[in-house]
This record gives sequence, structure tokens and C-alpha cells, in this order.
Amino acid sequence: MPSMLTYISRRLLFSIPVILVASFLLFWMVRSTFDPCVKLRASKDVEAVARCETRLHLNDPIPMQYLGWANDAVHGDLGQSSRTNEEVSAMVPRALWYTVQLIFWGVLISAFAAVALGVYSALKQYSVLDYTFTGASFVGLAMPPFWFGLIAIELLAIMPKQWLGLDEPLFYFVGLHSGAEKGFGADYARHLVLPVMTLTVQIIASWSRFQRSSMLDVMSADYVRTARAKGVPRRDVVVHHALRNALVPLVTVMALDIGALFGGLIITETIFSIPGMGQLFVRSLQAGDAEVLVVWTVVTAGFIVVFNLLADVLYGVMDPRVRVT
Amino acid sequence: MSETVSAAEPMLEVSELTVDFPTDDGLLHAVNHVTFGIARGETVGIVGESGSGKSVMSMAIMGLLPKSARVTGSVKFRGQELLGASERDFERIRGSEIAMVFQDALASLNPVHTVGAQVAEAVAIHQELKGSELRNAAIELLDVVGIANPSARFEQYPHEFSGGMRQRAMIAMAIANDPAVLIADEPTTALDVTIQAQVLEVLERIQERTSTSIMLITHDLGVVAGVADSVMVMYAGSQVERGSVEDIFYESRHPYTKGLLASLPRMDRRMNKSDRLHQIEGQPPSLVFLPTGCAFHPRCAFAETPGACDGEVPALRVVGDGHYSACHFADRIGSEEGAMS
Repeated sequence: MPSMLTYISRRLLFSIPVILVASFLLFWMVRSTFDPCVKLRASKDVEAVARCETRLHLNDPIPMQYLGWANDAVHGDLGQSSRTNEEVSAMVPRALWYTVQLIFWGVLISAFAAVALGVYSALKQYSVLDYTFTGASFVGLAMPPFWFGLIAIELLAIMPKQWLGLDEPLFYFVGLHSGAEKGFGADYARHLVLPVMTLTVQIIASWSRFQRSSMLDVMSADYVRTARAKGVPRRDVVVHHALRNALVPLVTVMALDIGALFGGLIITETIFSIPGMGQLFVRSLQAGDAEVLVVWTVVTAGFIVVFNLLADVLYGVMDPRVRVT
Repeated sequence: MSETVSAAEPMLEVSELTVDFPTDDGLLHAVNHVTFGIARGETVGIVGESGSGKSVMSMAIMGLLPKSARVTGSVKFRGQELLGASERDFERIRGSEIAMVFQDALASLNPVHTVGAQVAEAVAIHQELKGSELRNAAIELLDVVGIANPSARFEQYPHEFSGGMRQRAMIAMAIANDPAVLIADEPTTALDVTIQAQVLEVLERIQERTSTSIMLITHDLGVVAGVADSVMVMYAGSQVERGSVEDIFYESRHPYTKGLLASLPRMDRRMNKSDRLHQIEGQPPSLVFLPTGCAFHPRCAFAETPGACDGEVPALRVVGDGHYSACHFADRIGSEEGAMS
């Protein structure tokens, strides 16, 4: 499929200027808001302040500062946190790994649940279960995640522990591992349940509504009627003809939503004390940690661009009509 | 199986077929007591304007109406009753015994599957073919309907086909299993006149090959005159006239049919710039609130109101050999030739 390759490489080329412009704007905004040498200034050590200013090119115009920063970044030097004195290049990947785990499980579960619920609701439109799912998704969308998270902790962790007289709660609600535990075993699963649930409730609610309406659209499409007129068994009509088409818009929405999740789990991570990207952002913002904030914003923007690209590519893969343009 | 059915015996027999849809305003009468038959190898043209119930009728025959539809009467295929048949029975008949060609081929082909895959699917559902055999069967079908370079076309998607080619691909899917009855719902409506002729020619060629009975739904009287053996005219869900092509075109006994014919542009009559084509005054009635008596009476130049026309639903009655008309004054209509223009 040479057309597919051209399509993908063209999309890839388009995203390079986007990420360059975005990183410059973000760098500019963070630099104009926070002074990366503010701590040294408080110490009144003039020489140290001067060293800091030279290192970060603070006396140059913003474009020159950006070029200096970008040059360092390309060579692996992302700067140092003024809050913890740690290398930013170590902090961000560590936080990212926590967030990636949450997103991976959350998205996996949400995708399957949303498609199943959406398809069922569309095929049994106006049935009791359809109304139930509709009501549940409105509740899911309307409920703030911090409220849902707290309720979930109370109902699923604390209260069962008291009733059953357990030493440990069934599901943990601090971090992703307890103590020295590692790996992806039972301890990990018991930590994941509540934060992932908090994350999925809203995602499932919105994706399943989307899947329902997209499925309803295609079920009344002419080509579905054609398939039935050919004598295709109902199951195959639903899966092979209807769902295959209904997934096209959903996959696009999913890709865009996932891209936005990388910076957006602030509330879930805070409730469950998970040191992911959201928590890193809040802490860095509170401390005015300029060097971390620059990298954080650029990385999050990068994910948005990458997942937009992915949405475009998947759209092209799934719908042959798009590849032409 | 088909050898036991003689030519005179109808392949498809529709009697008193009625389809209603419940709506918020009341029952919508989409099809009212329609009766007709199609013999083996015969082509029946079904004519009527949009909303006259042509398509709903064909969907009822195929069992493709939504569950909310109330269908009564009888549809017999080779003597077997189809109304009320299970979905499983219908799946066996659809595409193999009775197949359908739809109007808008672009919308009717699945955009995300190749044309070849869709034709092959039509074969694979009803025949035990796999792999390269299946592929060859599909390519042969594309060839039969006149698609040039079929093995390359097999790999292409519907959007890469032209309008005429898409309609040919639809026909290829429909004839995949040599159906006994082919329902073509406005197969040429969206096409250029030259492409129209080619598509109709494909249909005729297939009919010659397999003696398929064709139910040709159209609002184009020209198409009907060209290919149909007999014609049924529908108005507001009811059949108003039925007969041979000659009966309908030259000796129509219903004012609606006459109105339709009069509104055709004529090559053999010179028109001045100020002349206008004939038109049937008024609008088709609401199918929920049908006029009393004859549904056509509010637009009919011959209607006698108050009287039979708005008081009594006209029954379909014999006006000639195999010629039926549902008009109270069918006898008079034939002789008043000049009254239309």
C-alpha cells in the first residue's frame, strides 16, 4: 500500500513544525512566568546567581534562550529541579511511568467496556438495559472524579475492612505498591483497582455514549441493509459490517482522549498518592520549579501531538476513503 | 427445484399485502392490500412517485422491515409463505433465492471493504467456496456484469468505482447465487442516461441467461416501457392499475396513470416555448391521514364529489384481459382520450 505510506509520512512531516512551535511557546510562557534562579537570588550569592543566569542564557533574548535550552535538551541535559535538585531527565520519566500504567489499564478496560455497552445499547435501543446504561453514564459523567474516588475508598476499602474485621483493606488506596513489593502481582492489582476505577468511570461513560450513537448511525446505513439483503447472518452483519464502520470515529476520539490523559490525571493521582505526571505538575507549579515545568509542558504537548498523529493514521488505516487526500 | 415450476405459475405471489407503521399521529399506511404475481422470467415494472410504497413493499417481501412495521397479507415464494418466516429462513432465502439491487450504490456498498470482498461474501454465504475458488467466482461475477479488468477491480474500494461501475457491482452481488427473483429498487435513478441503458442491458442479459424474474421498481416510465413485460402503478400505498406494458401505455384506465403519462415530455409532439408539460395538481396525500374513498380523488380531474370517489374505496377490477384498474369510472376513462390535455 504505497498510498498508505505516503499518507503516514505526510502526517508525520506535518507534526514536526507543530511540536517545534508548541515547545517554543511553552518555553516562552514558562520562562516569562517563573525565574529558574529564584532560590539562588534569595541566598544573595551574587556569583551563584550569575552562574545560573549564564548557564540558562537568561540575559539573552527569549529565542536565544530557547535555542540554548533546545540544544541542551537534544544533548540529554533537561536541567535541574530547583525543588529537589534532581535531574529533570530522571524525574519526568519516573513520573511518566506511573501515569502510563494508570492510562494503560484504564484505557484497556474502558475501551472494551465502552464498545460492549455502546453496541448493546444501540442494538437494544430503548430497552430497559439501554436506559440503565444511559442513566449510569450520565451519573458517571456528572460525578466529579475526586468525589467518586473518595466514595470508592470509603465503600470498597474502608467499610468492608471494618465489617469483615480484616487487618488489611481489600483494595489499597495509596501508591501502586505497598512497602518493598514490586512487579505486577496481586499487591499491584489490589493497588490498581480503585484508581483505575476512578479513571474509567468517566471515560467509559463518554466513550460508550459515543459508540452507541455511532453504532445507531451505521445500523441504519444502506450498506447494512445490503448485507442483510445478501443473507449475511445477523451476527456477521453487526460485527463485520456495522461495528467495523462504527469503530472508525470512536478510535479517533479514543486516540485524542488518550493523548490528553498524560497530563490530566491530576485529581486521581492526588487522591491515591500516585507520584505520576499530575502530581509532578502540581508540586512543581506550587514550588515555581521552572525547569521541570518547561519539560513537563513540552512532554505533555508532545503526547497530544503524537496521539493526534496516531488518530490520523488509524483513521487512514480503518477508512480507505481518507487515504486519498 | 425450479424445473418443476411451469412458466405460467407465479414465482412470487403477493396478495393483500398491507404494511402499516405506528407513528405518533396514528398508523401510517405505507402499503394497502397490494396483490400481484411475477412469473418465471417475467419483468414487472412497479411505478409510482416517492412515498407511494414501492420500496416498503419490496422490503416487506425481503423481510427487511423494522420490527415496528405491521405486515399482513401473504407473500408466497414458490408456494412457500414468507410472511412470518423466521429470521433464519429469511437468511437462507435472501441473496440466494430472492436478491435485491438498491438505488444508491455508493451508500449501499460498505465503504471499508473492497468491492471484491463484498461480492465474494455474497457467494460465500450461500455456497461452499473458499480461497482462490471463491475469489475466481467473484471475479467472474464482476466480469459477467461488464466490469473491465475484474481481477484488478476486485481489490478496489467502492469509492474508487464510478457510479455505473458501482451499480454493476451491486448487480454482481445480487446475482451471485442465480436468484429466482431479483428486486431492483430504482437501480438506474442516480445514473446518466447512457449508463442507465448499460445497467438495464446488464439486467436483461442476466435474465436471458438464468430466467430470473425481475421486479423493477422505478419512477421512470421510460425505463418501464423499455424493459418490463407488465406494469403495476402505485399511488399512496395502493395499486391503482395493473396490466401489460401495452395496456398501461396505450389504453390506461386510470386517471393517475394517464396523468403520469401526460406529464412525460414527448419527442413526437412539437412544443412551443410557452407550452408547459402537464402536471398532476396538488400533493401526494399524507399516508397517516389518507383521503376518504379513493386516495387520488382530491387531485383527480374526473372525480365526482360528493359521490363514489370520496365515499368508497375503489376496488381493483378487471377492465381487460389481465388489465386491472382501481377507479370507479374506469370504463369511462378509456374513452375520454382528449380530456387529459
